[in-house]
Amino acid sequence: MKWWKYLTIALLLYTVVMGFLGHVPRLAILNETERNLYFHVPMWFGMTIILLASVINSIRYLRTPSSRLDILAHESAKTGILLGVLGLLTGSLWARYTWGTWWTTDVKLNGAAVTMLIYAAYLVLRGSVSDEQQRARLSAIYNIFAFSAAIPLLFIMPRLAEASLHPGMGGNPGFSKYDLDSAMRLVFYPAVIGWTLLGVWITEVACRLAFVQEKIYEKQEKQLA
Amino acid sequence: MSLPAEIWHLLLKDLRLEWRQRTALAGLLLYVGGTVYVSYLSFTLRGGLPPAPAWNALFWIILLFAALGAAGRGLAQEPAGLRLYYYTVARPEAVILAKIVYNALLLLALAGPGLLVYTMLLGNPVQSWGLFAGNVALGAISLASSLTLVSAIAARAGQSGGGTLLAVLGLPVLVPVLLIVVKISKNALDGLPWDVSQGPMLTLIALNFIVGAVSYVLFPFLWRT
Repeated sequence: MKWWKYLTIALLLYTVVMGFLGHVPRLAILNETERNLYFHVPMWFGMTIILLASVINSIRYLRTPSSRLDILAHESAKTGILLGVLGLLTGSLWARYTWGTWWTTDVKLNGAAVTMLIYAAYLVLRGSVSDEQQRARLSAIYNIFAFSAAIPLLFIMPRLAEASLHPGMGGNPGFSKYDLDSAMRLVFYPAVIGWTLLGVWITEVACRLAFVQEKIYEKQEKQLA
Repeated sequence: MSLPAEIWHLLLKDLRLEWRQRTALAGLLLYVGGTVYVSYLSFTLRGGLPPAPAWNALFWIILLFAALGAAGRGLAQEPAGLRLYYYTVARPEAVILAKIVYNALLLLALAGPGLLVYTMLLGNPVQSWGLFAGNVALGAISLASSLTLVSAIAARAGQSGGGTLLAVLGLPVLVPVLLIVVKISKNALDGLPWDVSQGPMLTLIALNFIVGAVSYVLFPFLWRT
């Protein structure tokens, strides 16, 4: 096992233990739900980073097509979806106990939902093309196109909106830098790194599986020929 | 030939073809008219016209599906041989830009009469018509520009007509456009002054430029098949 995998385990253990047992400031309404900060927010961080990796691999695929880059883009997108769904679930739970509802119409929530829809559509597109090269090229093009159309939604629209329930008005869409207690920072930053690394780890394993599957198919084809 | 000249010739060719086969255009117009009439029947069944927010939402949903129907025809209908011919006479950038302009014109031609019939049947709660008309034009152009590349991808994915695939791929990309457009449209309905809508309109124009630029860059890759 590589060193960063041990780091992932250590960081996530630290996040879970300190996240549930550590000191958090006493605040009305938020109460103990603010511990979700160590889970909900880092998952969106991880998702953004991994989806960015997916798009970069798609761009690299268009420049120099290879099945390796296609697999990298595809598996990163799938991990991104996983983290995104977890982010939505934890966020929804948090909203239920602080805002009193599972879901509201809010710029940031809409942005998150659209991102999930885009990557679901990406998987549908991949499923509907049978030729491998065609599938790789079309999905790479859609990935880049949809990502560039979604950026305004995720990063620009929340900053332009006049009102939002979600924390972080007038600055970063996730939270304002003044919101964070310094004791919480000690857990929050390791949590961001930990969850992102976990995403990278999942992607790496999935890619290795896909590479092996590809090799097996090639061998079978040779035997048939 | 220079790029603008190529775009101009391709656009003229598309318009001429459309005019010679008027059935297609008439079909789309009939589709819009029919949908408006069905909405009129369903609303008057309960007695009375829809309230302003419903009027607004319904209008944009009708236009959205008209856009999906119109975009499904453009690039999807051209046979592979014709594509090969284009490849020899024009550069791909000109083809996609001409298609975007053509789709925008087509959608404007649908939105105009559609709006006329819509206000005749379902009432006219709009208070500032200048803003509303400008917004419909901007919205039609935005829908067309976002859908053109997506329809080309759906056409290449091999599904005849691109039916459901176009909707699945297109809707997530269109959500940002629709959110902004419906918001401006509501401002026009309420008769708010221009400067309230200025910000969202600029966002929409910026979004168009992003989508146009990304289509311009990506279409040559889609073309090479």
